[in-house]
Amino acid sequence: MADDKNKKTDGADGVVLTEEQKRRRRARSLAIALVLGALCVLFYVVTIVKLGPGVLNRPL
Amino acid sequence: MSDVASREYEVTGTEARAGEIASLASVSDYVALLKPRVMSLVVFTALVGIVRAPGDVHPVIAFTALLCIAIGAGASGALNMWWDADIDALMTRTRGRPVPAGRVAPGEALAFGLTLAVGSVLVLGLLVNELSAALLAFTIFFYAVVYTMWLKRTTPQNIVIGGAAGAFPPMVGWAAASGGIGLESVILFLIIFFWTPPHFWALALYKTGDYARAGVPMLPVVSGAAETRRQILIYTLVLTPLGVVPYALGMAGLAYGVVSIASGAIMLALAVEVYRRREGAAADAAAKRLFAFSILYLFLLFAVLLVDAVRGPAWLGF
Repeated sequence: MADDKNKKTDGADGVVLTEEQKRRRRARSLAIALVLGALCVLFYVVTIVKLGPGVLNRPL
Repeated sequence: MSDVASREYEVTGTEARAGEIASLASVSDYVALLKPRVMSLVVFTALVGIVRAPGDVHPVIAFTALLCIAIGAGASGALNMWWDADIDALMTRTRGRPVPAGRVAPGEALAFGLTLAVGSVLVLGLLVNELSAALLAFTIFFYAVVYTMWLKRTTPQNIVIGGAAGAFPPMVGWAAASGGIGLESVILFLIIFFWTPPHFWALALYKTGDYARAGVPMLPVVSGAAETRRQILIYTLVLTPLGVVPYALGMAGLAYGVVSIASGAIMLALAVEVYRRREGAAADAAAKRLFAFSILYLFLLFAVLLVDAVRGPAWLGF
């Protein structure tokens, strides 16, 4: 069984993903990026809330 | 384990299995790991805890608490699906889940669940308060370890004790909003705690074959349907007056009193039907009716508590 799997595709070595797998991987990566971005926004907003409205008044 | 991976791509010298070489999971598979329907009930009961807690909480903080509780509940679901993949594969109700169906590797589900569990507790502790984070951590531990890994496969009282995990969210929400634990939050805990056995045993009565096949010692499998019907009735007899306690203690208004008494009476009547109808299709139908109404019962109680807190006890004009 291992011999049957010993094929090279276009001279490439290693894992070759199908288009569907690449699409799913892209979707997962996008979802992770969005969640991380939302987490950054959440921390920023909560920091502003906890510091209070006066934090935005900063005379130069 | 699914051999889809080996059909879909070529691998040099390695037998392909889901998750070992490249993940096959879609975003919707990961969402399914969170058990969204359970999450929605958790979020709703936690929201009621937040809204009914004394004092004022900033809406952003309340939203953050609700989000962390939701993610923590999802993490519990993912960890449960990781551990129970073997028995999920044997039950018609659960064999389509991502892990037994081969779409998500067990290791992926474990990593996902652990990351969300740690993350939700940390964020809740950092952005809200430590008490609610500690309660959330305990809830996740109780569901994933005490219920899933220990009680579920070892005792017919599994969902009685393990049901406490589903009863904690209003307490976590209350603690997030108030920084403490109040008598009313304990009463909300008790309502869900005593609701859980009749709810799940009604389901188990008409899914006995599934649980037996998987070797899960649910009460109907171990002690038989007659004993299960008796215990459903006993727990419902405790639950229905307990549901009225918030009104009796003056914590909720007359509208809640009316709804809790009326819906409790219906719940009790359905439990009596389950106790009386023991054979054939009528018995299954009674169990299904009780299961369906139990969901509506809990939703009604908490919905009226929510409106009661927002509009005030006299929101119906009396």
